[in-house]
Amino acid sequence: MSWDAVVEMLSSPLMQRALLAAILVGATAPIVGTFLVQRRMALMGDGIGHVALTGVALGWLIGTWADLVPQDTLAIPGAVVAAVVGSIVIELVRERGRTSGDLALALMFYGGIAGGVLLIKVAGGTNASLVSYLFGSISTVSTTDLWWMVALAALVLVVGIGLRVALFTVSHDEEFARASGLPTRWLAITLATLAALTVTVAMRVVGLLLVSAIMIVPVAIAQLYARSFGRTMVAASVTGVSVSVVGLVLTYWNDIPPGATIVVLAIAVYAVAAGLRPALRRPVPAHDPHPDLPDDVVLAREDTRD
Amino acid sequence: MSADRTDATGPTNAVEAHGVEVTLGGSRILLGVDVVVPAGEVVALLGTNGSGKSTLVRALLGAVPLSAGTVHLLGEPLGPRAPWSRIGYVPQRMPASSGVSATAVEVVASGLLHGRALRPPRGWRTRVRAALDAVGMAGHERRPVQEMSGGQQQRVLIARALVREPELLVLDEPTSGIDVPTQATFVDTVARLHGQGATVVVILHELGPFEPLIQRAVVLRHGRVVHDGLPPRPRLDHAGATHHHEHAHHDPDPPPTGPALGPTLGPTLGMEAP
Repeated sequence: MSWDAVVEMLSSPLMQRALLAAILVGATAPIVGTFLVQRRMALMGDGIGHVALTGVALGWLIGTWADLVPQDTLAIPGAVVAAVVGSIVIELVRERGRTSGDLALALMFYGGIAGGVLLIKVAGGTNASLVSYLFGSISTVSTTDLWWMVALAALVLVVGIGLRVALFTVSHDEEFARASGLPTRWLAITLATLAALTVTVAMRVVGLLLVSAIMIVPVAIAQLYARSFGRTMVAASVTGVSVSVVGLVLTYWNDIPPGATIVVLAIAVYAVAAGLRPALRRPVPAHDPHPDLPDDVVLAREDTRD
Repeated sequence: MSADRTDATGPTNAVEAHGVEVTLGGSRILLGVDVVVPAGEVVALLGTNGSGKSTLVRALLGAVPLSAGTVHLLGEPLGPRAPWSRIGYVPQRMPASSGVSATAVEVVASGLLHGRALRPPRGWRTRVRAALDAVGMAGHERRPVQEMSGGQQQRVLIARALVREPELLVLDEPTSGIDVPTQATFVDTVARLHGQGATVVVILHELGPFEPLIQRAVVLRHGRVVHDGLPPRPRLDHAGATHHHEHAHHDPDPPPTGPALGPTLGPTLGMEAP
């Protein structure tokens, strides 16, 4: 690849927008993902992504009613609203303990997709209209889309990093957080909302079906090597930006779908990182895992007996 | 802890709970528990597994919802306005790892958040280091807690409670399954805080190494208080902390499984089934 080709790529306005979008998503999604993995809610992004599809269709429907051009002007706002509402519902359901977390997620998966397909038909569209949202279409990112993404990503970064110790506390040990008088419900809802906003930011880049991958896979890679929560988060964010940009650049010269390329690339990096881990990681210092307890068995030596 | 701080909280009780009832998953775990702990006292909560000790402590700290009753901590009602910065809680164990590493510093720093304080205060690193140093974990600041032994994890949890410099310290079975040096650290910590005027509520399975410090015992059974007063003292010459079972009483019966059952079961097995 020559330098001229790189300059040509970078001077294409379409590619400029796509690269900016990829950097925004690659940097923000893993930050939220680190909290979700620590909270054992790695699949939450998927549940929100499915619900956001209903929001896209709803935005489309309202756009049709209001005779907006293009019809999907309200698709991103619709996705934002549906994702935020869905994530708060799932958090409240989980907190009440009426339904287990994974069952609540399952209900969201099915309801979200079915609702989206149903509403898009009512709005006069076809399932094909949803495909760009399901699988991403980074090459069609408009300037308006980009402004939405910049604003949402900024919000996610400010809140996610500003409240990181509090979000860490509630994700690491929720009972301790509650016994410290922390507003655990509000913190959980804040995290759920951040996840919902991230999903809608990442929607155009990797698509709703793969959105969670860009939140979770970089964290999976980072936690193989990072020995602290803070470093896991930074390493995941750097990894996210790297795979998003490299994946996008690959699609500039090859006719392959960007969203899927980014995700496959991230998983390939994970496979390599996991394979090399035994060779690269510092060995854990050996310690005896058995505690010395006061009621431990003491063996008397034969020769000391009478 | 300064004298004026003690004066300020002097007349109030550190813990004042009346008619506490807790229902979890449809089961009534606590049925009208009254507990009053005057400031400066060291109280043991005793009872068998499932008697409601842990639930009581968690209810007192607002970690599980009350279905009835009132709780005051250091004179303030339980809720966002309670003086959370003066209360330290040490749970039984560190939650299981989710895969994301967290260093000792990160876990202890989470103890600096409380109530409305959602960000660590200035100079938090110094306070975190001092708390880890106080439990003998200096030099382990940057180690992930997931790589630590159970005793070391417990020390980090005490440091997380100590970092607030609590006036009320609540510990949940600090000595179960914990190595001897860590148990000693717990006892030293409680003794030091008590000496500074702090109130300590400690759940115990047996008094064990805490015995000299315990001023009062509250015993729970089936979700009710069945004893509130002097701690149960071991009978003389028996079961004291310094007492060693050196006398030649016979070995305890073997558990009712395995080859030891052979001789007993033999004849039974030989019998015809009725």
